[in-house]
This record gives sequence, structure tokens and C-alpha cells, in this order.
Amino acid sequence: MSAPAPAAARPVAAAAPARARWLRRYGVWLAAAVVVAALPHVARTPAAVPVMNQMGIAVVFALSYNMLLGQGGMLSFGHAVYFGLGGFIAAHALNLAGRGAVYLPAPLLPLVGGLGGLAFAVLFGSVSTRRAGTVFAMISLGIGEMMAASSLIVDRFFGGEEGITANRAKAPLLLGLPVTTDQQVYYLIAFWALLATVLMYAFSRTPLGRMANAVRDNPERAEFVGYSAQWVRFLSFCAAGFFAGVAGGLFAVNYEILTGANMGAAASGAVLLMTYIGGIGYFAGPILGAIVFTFLQSMLSDYTSLWLLYVGVIFLAAVLFAPMGLAGVLAMHGPVWRARRAGRLVGPYLAAALAALVAIAGVVGLLEMVHFVVVAPAGAASMRLLGLPLAVRAAWPWLGFIALAVTGAVALRRAGPRAAAAFAEASRPGGPR
Amino acid sequence: MTPAVELIDVHKAFGRTPIIRGVTLAVEAGTRQALIGPNGAGKSTLFNLITGKYPVSSGRIRLKGEDVTGRRPYEINRRGLSRSFQVTNIFPWLSVYENVRCGVLWSLGYRYSFWHRVDAARDAHERTETVLEQLHLAARRHVPAGVLSYAEQRALEIGITIAGGADVILLDEPTSGMSRSETEQVVQLIRQVTAGKTLLMVEHDMSVVFDLADRIAVLVYGQVIAHDTPERIRASTAVQEAYLGAPARVG
Repeated sequence: MSAPAPAAARPVAAAAPARARWLRRYGVWLAAAVVVAALPHVARTPAAVPVMNQMGIAVVFALSYNMLLGQGGMLSFGHAVYFGLGGFIAAHALNLAGRGAVYLPAPLLPLVGGLGGLAFAVLFGSVSTRRAGTVFAMISLGIGEMMAASSLIVDRFFGGEEGITANRAKAPLLLGLPVTTDQQVYYLIAFWALLATVLMYAFSRTPLGRMANAVRDNPERAEFVGYSAQWVRFLSFCAAGFFAGVAGGLFAVNYEILTGANMGAAASGAVLLMTYIGGIGYFAGPILGAIVFTFLQSMLSDYTSLWLLYVGVIFLAAVLFAPMGLAGVLAMHGPVWRARRAGRLVGPYLAAALAALVAIAGVVGLLEMVHFVVVAPAGAASMRLLGLPLAVRAAWPWLGFIALAVTGAVALRRAGPRAAAAFAEASRPGGPR
Repeated sequence: MTPAVELIDVHKAFGRTPIIRGVTLAVEAGTRQALIGPNGAGKSTLFNLITGKYPVSSGRIRLKGEDVTGRRPYEINRRGLSRSFQVTNIFPWLSVYENVRCGVLWSLGYRYSFWHRVDAARDAHERTETVLEQLHLAARRHVPAGVLSYAEQRALEIGITIAGGADVILLDEPTSGMSRSETEQVVQLIRQVTAGKTLLMVEHDMSVVFDLADRIAVLVYGQVIAHDTPERIRASTAVQEAYLGAPARVG
């Protein structure tokens, strides 16, 4: 997949090759740790830390999902089952710890969640990984539906409609570190997210991890070099279930509540979307996808109740125009960047982005107005969009947005191909400088 | 001496259509043998039975004396039998290097390990490098296997097959679709990588067959009608009538 360490540190002198190698191998992780540790002190708005907590959980969840989809070739529609079950088990464990029934500090709950996810992955995976492809996808869907139904039936464990609540402040402390405020939880999540990411990356570089790729590519051939495709899928599935459970445990600590929705089809769909948008062919793809998806989700949902529609459109655009995901688009530009020709792309790309923005503004305006007209209380004639008042009964806003959408679309039809041509020109090896 | 591969009255039918109709065949260890026959004779099916891809309808198959009838492909592979495919069957998204290394890992005992760092596995690396050199693909090691040329993919196909060090090698039409010069290179490669091993190959190119094979088995309509040295096969009128039709085409 992607290179372990994009040249974060080039060897400075031949005299220190060992240190250079060490830096190249671990430099990325070190830099990530520093950035993650510094983030809460850089982003100083009060809303930032909860969003970053959500991102950390999503990163672990999406990476675990890509162990199935990107690395193992298993399209699952029910991965939230292992996230949710891990979360429920962690929430119950937290409650037991709060009552003093077991000694379990809150920072260790993600491990409990992971073991819970692993246990159910062993159980369900032994059935679902017998086959790949459509059969696997259908079984995962069935297990997801089954668990969603039982979340309402097995009331004691899942807490019915209200779900299970817990209180992380009641758990004993580990090394005297309190886990009460959002920022304290942030560092707990950051620690586990980094650790889980390192472990999942390491997994992809083991014999089993490589054979998961081989089975994805060609299960038949893998069997003729000594590997049972089913067993490789099963072991990958168990690892993915474990890390999904870790994410669920983080969720339990962060939100202190789990409901049936956390293991439902929508949650399984969301992790598929973010992983795909990020890029399933690259280890870092799901990280990007989880961050962007969570950002969009928390930003858009503040402004509009249509945010799910927009997320769906973004997914469609990703599948149609960037099937390799954000990471794929970035990787595609690697050679251009290294050839120092990125500057030539700025103009055409900006033009295309501007055209796209105009088109998007028009379409979004129309959608929001239609939405307002449909759901607004009778008699309401004025809405606000990004703070601007709009008279929905008048013709001018409608005409204005239609004009924006059409202008943007026409401009994009010209600017889009130009941007593509500029990229092709810049990435041609040995092209004119 | 125990034969490397032994088939005893093997039958295979798909639905009600019999494809293999009672094949008994012993491939002596350390020999190179070719399986020839007209299209539809069941050569590839026989390969798929020996390697465990399909279960037999009846009969027994032994590998180095051990009964492997009904075993799965990976179990048979672990007992030292490896095969290539008529249609190129590689790992298209993995690099050439990784393709070969996938063929190496099990035989070196890495199994389903998730506690070894694969890039630190010296023995796997060295074995992979050796095979890449033999294939003349060392310069292409970082290329995704799916973008190799056809001849290169066919060479890689053989490379994955022999990488694990199996001592019984089955090659299914290794030279199909190749030019004369490419064919000569492949024949040389096969000779090199199967030295001291048992080779059974399906092949249509008679010059390749007579060049490589110590013995030739002729399969016609699911039955072995002859199994003998190349000279006697060439001289056999029964083979010519049943299989070649025109005597002029032999040799």
C-alpha cells in the first residue's frame, strides 16, 4: 500500500545512516504524536475538542473497517456491530467499575471494548468469512439487522430505546490521571488512537497482513501457495472486530451513552462512506476520510438539516470522480510535487474550484429553499441562509440561485477539463519545464 | 521407488458428463513429464483434480505415497506440490516482489503470523530475490504485477509456483500465447527451476514437449491411451490416429 514513511526525514549525512533509517521509519509516527499532543492547545475554540474526540474515534473505526474492505477485499455492511457491542460491553464495564464491583480504570476501557468486539467477531466471523464477495456482504447485512433487532429485544443488555448510560468520573483513576473533562478524554482518545493506528499499520506489514492483500487480489492463487483463503479472511476479520471494539470503547468513555443506533445500518454505512472517501487503497486513506467526514458532519449539521443529503452527494462525487479517494488524489500528485511542477497547477485548479463553488452555491441555495418551503410553518416567508435573509415567496432568490448554478456548471465544463489537462501535462515525465 | 504423483482409477464427472474416465497414471519422482492431448481431453481438469481444486468423483490420488484424495488445495501445496495456471493467475495489485514473496512465506514457516515484521524476514527476502533473478524480473520488482507484459506475467506465474520450493511442479501450458523466442526463454527457465524436481506439464507446443519431457502421457477423451518415452510416443500409430490425426504433425 502506501509507503510507511513518506520522506519525512532524508538522511542528512552518510555518517549517520542508522539514525536516518530510524527517523525514516518512525519519523511519521513521532510527528503525528507531536501534532496530536499539540492540537488542543492550538485549536482554542471550545467546540474544537469534542469534534477532535469524535475524529479520533472515527479514525480508529475507519482504519479497522479498511482492514476488511481495502486490505482484505471484504465489503461489510455491518461493521458497526463490533463497534457497538464493544461500546456496550465497555459501558457495562464502566458501570461495574463505578460501583466498585471490579477494579477497572476508565483509560483501560477501550481494551475491554476491543476484547468484546473480538469475541463477537470470532463468533460471527466464523460464519461470514467462509465466503467472500456478495455472500460475505449479504451475511454482514443480515448480522447487522439481527443485532439491530435484538437491541430492542435484549433490554437488559442494550437498555432498549434509551440505551445504556455510564459515568466515567466514577471509575477509579489510573496513575492518578483524572478523566473527566473533554480535554482529559481527548488525551485518552489520542493515546489509544495512536496506539491502534500503529498496531493496525504493523498488522498490515506482517505475513498475515500481506496474505490478506493476496487473498483480496486472488483467493484461488493464495490457496495454491499454501494459505487457506477462509482462514486468512477470518483472522483479518477478528483483528478488524477487535479494533472496531476499541473504537466503541472510546465512544463509551467519550459520550457515556450507547444506544442501538450505534450498531445500526446507518452507523455501518457511515464508516463505509468515510473509509471510501478517504481512499481504501492507502493505509492513511481512512484517517483522512474519518477526519474530513467528521468535520463535515459536525460543521454541516450545525447549519443545515440537509447535511446527510450533502454527505451522500459528496460520496457520489467521490465514487464517480475520485474512486481512489482523497489519499489517491494526493498520491497522484506526488510525482508532480517531486518534479517541482505543482506551481503550474495552482491557476487551473483555482479556476475549477471557483467554478465548482459557484455551482455548489447555486444548487445548495435551491435545495435549502425547497426544503424550507416544504417543512416551514405555514405563512413563513423569510428564511436565513448563512445569516442572509431570503424571501422565499419572491422570484429573485430562485432566479439568482438558478443563475449561479447554471453559470457555475458552464464554467466548470470549461475549467474542469483544463485542470485535468494541466495535471496531465505536469505529470508527464520529462515534459517541458 | 514411490511415484511423486500417482492416480488410481480416477473418475470425474460434471453433472452427468464424464470428463475423466478412469485415469491410472504414475509420475516417477525426479522426472519431467508432459501431458498432451486434443482440446477437451480433460488435461486441465486432471490438473485440477491432482491439485485439489475439484474433488474426484471416484478413485484415489497419492502424492509422494500419501493419499491426498479430497484434500484442499492449500493442504496439498503444503505437502510439496505447486502448480501454475493456463490463464495467468497472479496477484495483480501487489508488486512483482510481493507476488513472489507470497509464494515463499508458508514454506518458510511464517504461516498466519501477525507477530513477524515481514520486511525484516531475511530468509523470505533472500529466497524472493533468488527467484526474481531466475525470472529476470529483478528490475521490475516494484511494479504492480497487473501491469507487466504478458510474457513477464507468464514468467511470474512460474516464479510464484516454484518460489515455495515445492518438489512436485505442475505447469499448465506455460508457453501458451508466446512467440518463439519467448518460448525458448521459458523452456530454459523451466529446465533451470525444475532441476532435480518432478515436473508434470500440460503443453500444446510439441517442440517444447519433445525438448523437455522424459516421458509423455497422452490423454484422449478422459483416458490415458499412452504413457511412454518421447521416441515411442512419436512412433506410436495409435497416438497419431487418436490425437494427432496427421502423422506429419508429430515432431
